[in-house]
Amino acid sequence: MVELWSGYAWPTIIIVLQIVAIIIPLLVGVAYLTYAERKVLAAMQLRQGPNMVGPFGLFQPLADGLKLFGKETVIPAGANRVVFVFAPMLTFLLSLIAWAVIPFSSTMVLANINVGVLYLFAISSLGVYGIIMAGWASNSKYAFLGGLRSAAQMVSYEVSIGFVIITVLLCVGSLNLSDVVLAQRTVWFAIPLFPMFVVFFISALAETNRAPFDLPEGESELVGGYNVEYSAMTFALFFLGEYANMILMSAMTSILFLGGWLPPFDIAPLNWIPGPIWFALKIALVLFMFLWVRATVPRYRYDQLMRLGWKVFLPFSLFWVILTAGVLVTFGWLP
Amino acid sequence: MIVQSLAFYLFAAILVASAVMVIAARNPVHSVLFLILAFFNAAGLFVLIGAEFVAMILVIVYVGAVAVLFLFVVMMLDINFRELRSGALQYLPVGITVGLVLLVELALVLGTWVIVPDLAAVSGAPTPAPDQINNTHALGLLIYTHYAYLFQAAGLILLIAMIGAIVLTLRSREGVRRQNISAQVSRRRDQVVAIRKVPTRGGV
Repeated sequence: MVELWSGYAWPTIIIVLQIVAIIIPLLVGVAYLTYAERKVLAAMQLRQGPNMVGPFGLFQPLADGLKLFGKETVIPAGANRVVFVFAPMLTFLLSLIAWAVIPFSSTMVLANINVGVLYLFAISSLGVYGIIMAGWASNSKYAFLGGLRSAAQMVSYEVSIGFVIITVLLCVGSLNLSDVVLAQRTVWFAIPLFPMFVVFFISALAETNRAPFDLPEGESELVGGYNVEYSAMTFALFFLGEYANMILMSAMTSILFLGGWLPPFDIAPLNWIPGPIWFALKIALVLFMFLWVRATVPRYRYDQLMRLGWKVFLPFSLFWVILTAGVLVTFGWLP
Repeated sequence: MIVQSLAFYLFAAILVASAVMVIAARNPVHSVLFLILAFFNAAGLFVLIGAEFVAMILVIVYVGAVAVLFLFVVMMLDINFRELRSGALQYLPVGITVGLVLLVELALVLGTWVIVPDLAAVSGAPTPAPDQINNTHALGLLIYTHYAYLFQAAGLILLIAMIGAIVLTLRSREGVRRQNISAQVSRRRDQVVAIRKVPTRGGV
């Protein structure tokens, strides 16, 4: 009995507490990311943004959440009920479980697994299922078109994300995310691999269906895309999942290219600040770029989106994989 | 140990059940979704035996790419599958034959394993113990050093298959207007815009 307690029950309680400690800040982050998005967009368009609910409109996300909570969930008559309800749950679930392997500092990581990078890649490649299932189960042509677009788009950009990840892994020599961060102690990979950083950032925009690649939910032609038929909490789950995915992709960008929890220079005033704060700052920087792009760039046309993915990014990232491998082998820098 | 066994039976049971549902489900989209669930549980089993690299690759390749395209196609099909199923009985003998052949082959493999337990060590390249080297590294050593030529041959076969698929489906239609990006970008103002002084009541 004692063995059962100390061997299984106690570690389970610890892990559950750790999971809660990761998820609660994440959800608060998601809520305030929507607030930040509205404020940043407003500032860039010389407007006020939300400023009525609470001081500076700070309670706006909570009010929005409460409003969605109080609405009625409508399931369309022709919809495939099980898949229809399951799709938003899947989206939300996938956006949360990826955080299990993210290292917040050299010691703060829930699961320090050997194949962390692959795990992240696998989870982010599954995100398409929520959208495609929602599109199909809604039994509506707009939702279906949105789902199809999203499937094609995510599969296309995953290929170049894969090559970018391979380039980084060549420089690291390990699939462990903590090792990836520690390999950037001398220089962040964003500097030697700058073109790959740009490719990764743009592919991350496409992978999260953000502007200028938000064709799956293009309001002007698809009404609202894959989530037209969703209401109340099912819609809220999609929304939460989408924004949590944005934060996740930003975290991935900062781990792969911006040195994760490391300070920019390992000198006195900078390395007093604890690692998680640096990590959060970097995530916030990348998220700001997400919002900045949304305020600046018009939406891509669909064929141009596909051309960019397959004819520009794929050959370019393949070339950089070979170039990086060649340089590493020639100079004997292989880790 | 008991938790591992429980996890094994959980994954295995869901795997078998969802595999049955793949062929039993009425709706083809549901079949594909059950297939994905089966892939997932197979990945779970791989993790349990310590092959985390294979598990992740299974999820990335099969669930993340192949099954998406599968679902893509099946969702757009407009076939009455119940009608299609009605002729299934006449293929039963073929199906049973294939099943029997597979069963015999599996029995043979397991049989050699039981009779000559160290056969794999003799015929295959030596595999290092999992505690000395992580399995990404071990797979890399095996594929890119011991079996480099076979690996290259597999790559060539895939390349040929890919080119074949492209050749078979590529058709050039007349009258398609494609966007020529380089021509578009390299246009200069004087090639496309002319500024004229238009006299009043004169027209251009």
